[in-house]
Amino acid sequence: MTATDSTPPAIALTDLTCGYGEQVVLEKVSFAVRRAEIFFIIGGSGCGKSTLLRHMIGLQPPLRGSVRYFGRDFTAATAAARKDLLRTFGVLYQGGALWSSMTLRENVALPLELLTDLDRREREEVVALKLAQVGLAGYEDYFPAEISGGMKKRAGLARALALDPAVVFFDEPSAGLDPITSRKLDDLVREIRDTLGTTIVIVSHELASIFDLADRVVMLDRAAKGIIAEGDPRRLRDGSDDARVREFLNRRGEPHRQQEGPLS
Amino acid sequence: MSPPRAPASAAARLEGGTLLVRVGGDWRITEKHPGWTEMPTQDAPQRVVLDGAALGSWDSSLALFIRAARSWCETQGSAFVLERMPEGAGKLAGLLAQKTALPATRPLGIPGLAAAVGTETVRLWRETKDLSQLVGECAFSVGRFFRGQAQFRWRDCLVEMQQCGAMALPIVGLISFLVGVTLAYTGSLVVRQYGGDIWIADMVGLAVVREMGPMMAAIVLAGRTGAAYAATLGNMKANEEIDALATLGVSPIDFLVMPRIVALFCMMPFLALYSDGVGILGGMAIAAAPPLNIPATLYWAEMQTIVDLSDINTGVLKAGAFGLLIGLAGCWRGLQADRSAAGVGQAATAAVVTAILLIIVADSIFAVAFNILGW
Repeated sequence: MTATDSTPPAIALTDLTCGYGEQVVLEKVSFAVRRAEIFFIIGGSGCGKSTLLRHMIGLQPPLRGSVRYFGRDFTAATAAARKDLLRTFGVLYQGGALWSSMTLRENVALPLELLTDLDRREREEVVALKLAQVGLAGYEDYFPAEISGGMKKRAGLARALALDPAVVFFDEPSAGLDPITSRKLDDLVREIRDTLGTTIVIVSHELASIFDLADRVVMLDRAAKGIIAEGDPRRLRDGSDDARVREFLNRRGEPHRQQEGPLS
Repeated sequence: MSPPRAPASAAARLEGGTLLVRVGGDWRITEKHPGWTEMPTQDAPQRVVLDGAALGSWDSSLALFIRAARSWCETQGSAFVLERMPEGAGKLAGLLAQKTALPATRPLGIPGLAAAVGTETVRLWRETKDLSQLVGECAFSVGRFFRGQAQFRWRDCLVEMQQCGAMALPIVGLISFLVGVTLAYTGSLVVRQYGGDIWIADMVGLAVVREMGPMMAAIVLAGRTGAAYAATLGNMKANEEIDALATLGVSPIDFLVMPRIVALFCMMPFLALYSDGVGILGGMAIAAAPPLNIPATLYWAEMQTIVDLSDINTGVLKAGAFGLLIGLAGCWRGLQADRSAAGVGQAATAAVVTAILLIIVADSIFAVAFNILGW
């Protein structure tokens, strides 16, 4: 690992063009996420939020542009460097994406088993710690099918946190949760950031969470194929020049005229 | 991730009754870090002080170290003090102390014989009821179909027919040809001993048309199509697609199960006939070659003396029944599947096993029935 400059941002996107094959979903997206920041990627359905996330975490190769983590290029990284960079971040998928044939203990322990030299006892301790951190102490031997949706997300978060990554991505964390559970998850996110200084990137369109948690947001738009606003969500709500941004953040005004697209 | 890093360290020093542990460097759980067991902890000191003045970055590994130190102090009766330590690390370590008791897990161990037999019997009874229910629902669906009330889509059925019929021709052909070859080879060993080389045509013809043709086609389709049905329906169940149909008021039996069973029922007789023909060709190819040297025309003429239309009919009748059974087994296991990735895999396996079991049982029943009827 080499130092590039004094403090490169946690994540830097430069002219990232995202899409699938010939189809371009987002063009020339550039922004930076600071360290220990809670950063939201917001926008209406079909604007490319999840597509952007898939490109950021390397599930989809970008058509052009680059993603850098802590100054290191992820897009053009060699296989070894890429493997190393993958440990920089954890991802909480929308449904938790727990491996259904494993208990919660095994789900959280697997990254530790595969990617660290910890012995069995130490792994058990980390698993217990991570599950306690997300409030699931005592559920080690449950299978994903035996717990509720909110618990699945928390277990997924425990797994994402297993290697103490510097960055954690959340894909629609509120989806499918009741407001109270969703609020508790938000509190957990804040606590993780405050305790460990983790950088948090959340893809969401849940206004309550955005105003409650976000330090900064970028808003994507389907028609613009890119970012239409960036900054503090409260300021954007009250003072953005763009009507689309104000409308989205105030969630009022004319009925939605945006073209319907695939759910993001 | 802030390079360059100093390795994690913990140095202990005994000062009077106080064990002072200086913690320093960057603690990463993915890298080597000191454990509490490495500390010189032979005598119980009055106080243990963890000093984090030289600490760089840290994560859960430090929390684990603090927790180990704290619980050691509790067992030794020493006072435990954190100095210049990040607040979060102590808090994180505290989480482990609050760990609630594990809930009761399922009892492990081997159940007694009586319990095992009982459980299996109950399971078998439940499965039989379940399968009977599906058969009943399919019967009602057929009734609805003839009254024009079923939500049956011919388009789906035709696609399934293509999948299980035309697309299966190469593999069914290959296997049937090889079965014909094997039968001819094995049979020739016996018939040549009696100088009855020509009877090989009778033997292969009868075996293929009455038994092997329908059976081979059925076994290939059980593995190819039955498993695919179970996986498709199992996946649909896991994704709540079947629930979505049910809440629309669309019967999953009419919409998903019937097109598949009908497709298999219609296609299996044709596949069996095809399998018969290719199997006979396999036998013919071996008979034509040395050492038998039977010309194809002679082989064909001899075969016709023993294989008649009733033999072909019994094969075709059985094939239709096998088609029904494969479709039922596949759809049944798919609808029964657990809502998980593993559940879908188990359903596919169970579908193949069930289908083959049902095929063999049905074949035995047919053999007895045809014998009684004199077919």
